[in-house]
Amino acid sequence: MDNLIALLIAAPLLGALVLLLGGRRLDKSGHWLGTLLAAVSFVIGLVLFADMLGKSADDRALHQTLYTWIPVEGFQADMAFRLDQLSMTFVLLITGVGTLIHVYSIGYMEHDERRRRFFGYLNLFVAAMLLLVLADNYLLLYFGWEGVGLASYLLIGFWQHKPTAATAAKKAFLVNRVGDMGLSIAIMLMFTTFGTFAFGPVFEASGQASEGKLTAIGLMLLLAACGKSAQVPLQSWLGDAMEGPTPVSALIHAATMVTAGVYLIVRSADIFDAAPDAQLVVTVVGAVTLLFGAIVGCAKDDIKKALAGSTMSQIGYMILAAGLGPIGYVFAIMHLVTHGFFKAGLFLGAGSVMHGMNDEVDMRKYGGLRKYMPVTFVTFGLGYLAIIGFPGLSGFFSKDKIIEAAFAKGGTEGWILGAVTLLGAAITAYYMTRVMLMTFFGEKRWQPAPDADQAPSAEPAAEHAAGAMPHPHESPKSMVIPMILLAVGSVAAGAVFEFAGFVEWLEPVTGFEHGHSPVSAAAVTAATVAVMVIGVGLAYLQYGRRPVPVVAPRGSLLTRAARRDLLQDDFNHAVFVTGGTHLTRSLVYVDHSLVDGVVNGTAAAVGGLSGRLRKLQNGYARTYAVSMFGGTAVLIAATLLMRAV
Amino acid sequence: MSSMAVHSLWTTAAGPLDKIPAPHIEYTQLSPVLIVLGAALVSVLVEAFVPRKARYHSQVFLSVLALVAAFAAIVGLAAGGYGSTKAHIAAMGAVAVDGPALFLQGTILLASLVAVFTFAERRLDPADHGHRVDSFAAEAAAVPGSDQEKAAVKAGFTTTEVFPLALFAISGMLVFPAANDLLTLFVALEVFSLPLYLLCAVARRKRLMSQEAAVKYFLLGAFSSAFLLFGIALLYGYAGSVSYATIARVVDGSIGAVDPALADTMGNDALLLIGFAMVLMGLLFKIGAVPFHMWTPDVYQGAPTPVTGFMAAATKVAAFGALLRLLYVVLPGLTWDWRPVMWGVAVVTMLGGAIVAITQTDIKRLLAYSSIAHAGFLLAGVIAATPSGISSVLFYLGAYSFVTIGAFAVVTLVRDAGGEATHLSKWAGLGRRSPLVAAVFAVFLLAFAGIPLTSGFSGKFAVFKAAADGGAGALVVVGVISSAIAAFFYIRVIVLMFFSEPKADGPTVAVPSALTSITITAGVVVTLALGLAPQYFLDLANQASTFVR
Repeated sequence: MDNLIALLIAAPLLGALVLLLGGRRLDKSGHWLGTLLAAVSFVIGLVLFADMLGKSADDRALHQTLYTWIPVEGFQADMAFRLDQLSMTFVLLITGVGTLIHVYSIGYMEHDERRRRFFGYLNLFVAAMLLLVLADNYLLLYFGWEGVGLASYLLIGFWQHKPTAATAAKKAFLVNRVGDMGLSIAIMLMFTTFGTFAFGPVFEASGQASEGKLTAIGLMLLLAACGKSAQVPLQSWLGDAMEGPTPVSALIHAATMVTAGVYLIVRSADIFDAAPDAQLVVTVVGAVTLLFGAIVGCAKDDIKKALAGSTMSQIGYMILAAGLGPIGYVFAIMHLVTHGFFKAGLFLGAGSVMHGMNDEVDMRKYGGLRKYMPVTFVTFGLGYLAIIGFPGLSGFFSKDKIIEAAFAKGGTEGWILGAVTLLGAAITAYYMTRVMLMTFFGEKRWQPAPDADQAPSAEPAAEHAAGAMPHPHESPKSMVIPMILLAVGSVAAGAVFEFAGFVEWLEPVTGFEHGHSPVSAAAVTAATVAVMVIGVGLAYLQYGRRPVPVVAPRGSLLTRAARRDLLQDDFNHAVFVTGGTHLTRSLVYVDHSLVDGVVNGTAAAVGGLSGRLRKLQNGYARTYAVSMFGGTAVLIAATLLMRAV
Repeated sequence: MSSMAVHSLWTTAAGPLDKIPAPHIEYTQLSPVLIVLGAALVSVLVEAFVPRKARYHSQVFLSVLALVAAFAAIVGLAAGGYGSTKAHIAAMGAVAVDGPALFLQGTILLASLVAVFTFAERRLDPADHGHRVDSFAAEAAAVPGSDQEKAAVKAGFTTTEVFPLALFAISGMLVFPAANDLLTLFVALEVFSLPLYLLCAVARRKRLMSQEAAVKYFLLGAFSSAFLLFGIALLYGYAGSVSYATIARVVDGSIGAVDPALADTMGNDALLLIGFAMVLMGLLFKIGAVPFHMWTPDVYQGAPTPVTGFMAAATKVAAFGALLRLLYVVLPGLTWDWRPVMWGVAVVTMLGGAIVAITQTDIKRLLAYSSIAHAGFLLAGVIAATPSGISSVLFYLGAYSFVTIGAFAVVTLVRDAGGEATHLSKWAGLGRRSPLVAAVFAVFLLAFAGIPLTSGFSGKFAVFKAAADGGAGALVVVGVISSAIAAFFYIRVIVLMFFSEPKADGPTVAVPSALTSITITAGVVVTLALGLAPQYFLDLANQASTFVR
């Protein structure tokens, strides 16, 4: 069974290689191959899962070492995998949701000339993400981490002819670099502290290391998590990343890649448990992002950007839970999985709406779509109910547990975190109801499609002429079926986890403690439901009772700030761009005057020497013979001299 | 030599014939060499008796068959334990069958196989008078530009003799690293050198340059052979034997006088040291170490490019194999004498190759100087004088051969009206016109430069690590500095290909047949495989690193 682990990664990797190197002859069949290989990986995952269930809880972890890349004394880089309950959960999520989204993309990208390449990138992403969660050491994890970053960059900028998409891809890449620096520094710190970066030895040794070092490692890991998971202060790229095709937003920027930060923190549980200060910072980052994302989500009129704000906020919940320690790890992962289902479903629903509405993304130009797209309406609606935590649906179970755990943190912190998570739940209910009402209810506010040159052939179906009124219609089967399956997951996953024992499943890996909440569980549940009702009610009063204006009103100061993503880009520009420009200018000055002088001087000296030595090579065999003769004389003399000395 | 000695030589020779024992030859263990040598002989017969039209195909078939069969024989011998437990000295003490020999012979055969594919390539030039042409002259004996040459071109003649020549050269190279006495060493050297001189002279284009290169190579090669032979004579005078094992035992003092006739000279250390230095010089010449390197750029440039690739890879493997055996088997007792000398040679070779390469403007000369720098890096591994030094050199040689042959194969593709466009300025903007070819060449250049994830990194890393562990830390520092200098000109070519505007009258990239494609693909695959997962091959080289004594 151990040997199957590498196959999990090999299947999509093969797909990526074949599709990207195969050339045009695969244009007609490439998407089938890509989907098939993602499905193969899913099936292997299921086989391994079945095998794992058959074993006792303590020896479920599998290991496979392919080979050692660099074996040097004191530095060992293994190509080694670990498949335990935590990675298994991710494998099933990645390959399962991944396969569904491959299927969806077959219909969604039907008219795109570069569909083969798209599927190649998707396969590349799946392979890299699997590598990330299956790695048995931080170096290999870093490899996967960079791999998903690359795939994300390529896919955000997939429609590179749109300047906005190209810029968004670049932005995502650059912001992620900051986080990646954190990860690489964390790995270096680990190496100097523990002398290794393999999971097992690092976790075992983390008990003995000094708390200061562990805190430093923890903070650097958190920085990495912030970059990949779009947490404050590295959150600014996620909204722009919605420039990518919608299946990409669903798979990478909602269900899987952006949750890699949560995985990193939960995987490094032993380090964080021994560094309470780092843990506190983790919860603070989670709490701040939770509110930040939620507020941004309330103000966006672009359906995908509203959902992106929501993603940010939900990952905030997970990060917060992961920062709570053993009382929260399991719930962070549980929410991650349920979120994977309903958020992917919501994005696919949004894609389906856009598909029917001439690629319009402004919710103010939707309205009344439930009659025209019934299946999309129902599946999106179920995802909506799941995310706001409607009792019995998946989001209810996972979010409720996180809120409970936040209170159980204890002390003032516990009360503050608990209050923030409750407030977040209310805002979630508010903005999601807003999205629902603006899209599917109310009057039709459809507008003719804009001129082609204003929105140069954005999303796929380019067959509709500019200026035509949209004719909303249900999407093709290949798109609808994945939406239905994800909706089933959104409804049932929470209950299944709750009653099938998700906590017991993950406990051997992450550890688990029951929190002692100052508030009773029943009270927390009641409060959660109550704030949800309040949120829904407020939104209904604002968007259900009154007609939605097609042109957005000016809004309050907060609304305007939230529309600009709470001024994140303005802040980054003022502090980092302007500051950075000044810094680089002064550095460039030093570089030109000082460093270049030395470098160019050396280069010129070597070049001059080269020119002179070159003249010795004059083309005459006699000169060459003299050189050989002289060389031999020196050789003999030196040999004799060595003996004489 | 005293009169007694002369007398004894005469009487031995004049003795009755039945006293000379019939030599005992282990044909199975020598089969790799015998297969190639036999094929070379058959190949000569093919030249003589097969009709001209059928020669090309029969020669290619025969060569490939022989090389594959010989490689299979190597694998069989290695699987049979001849590389480890059953390693011993065959053919009456003349040839060693052991791990390093089998590993190097295997490397030579694989490298030769892919090189022979480039020999056989005949799709690069447009058809001439309706005949497909390869890289070799229509009639090598015709004076360049003469009517006879024109007639030969018109008739569609080709120099299919290159195949027997290559096979003879390969058989010599197979014996060279396995030679276990000095005479066998010398004979093997000549067997592989003479065909190479000829091969250098038969370029189809720029024939005068090609002939000039061949003459230079021949003159200087003969010059160095003379030194080698004189060194052998001196060593014989010292030890009274040409056998490696006997010389080693005389050096470490475990046996005394072998031949009473040589009592005057035996044990005279001056003979030993001078003889050693001269033999060393002969080997350093083949390796292309500074200051015995000056033939390299001229010959690499003038020779037909497929021959250059073959020579650069296979000769280096064979010569380093012989050098390793000489230093580790014959002269382990002299380590303290040869190490300082070799230090000096390695330092000037690394620095000299890297520095002079910077100002080169011809891609083939550039690669020639690069090969000199690489010879220096390899010498660093040789100097380690440890088992890991041997295995690192073996690994490096395997990695380097494929990169080299691949790189020269790419050079054959970039052409203009005058044949190959080897001037660097012509390569500007190649990445825009032929991204695939430029990318492949970039992979080879990165491997030469030793960038991680390519075989060049694994090899250089292994060699430098062995050198550092063997107490040659300073040498490693020089090596790293040379690598930095060398990286400059490798990367410069990449920059030139990808970031310069293509010239209006730039070269075209020929679409090769499957033959050259296989060679280049093999080069890329080996380069990446040895960079991504070097461990398996390092283990193999480790297992093969014990010399039989």
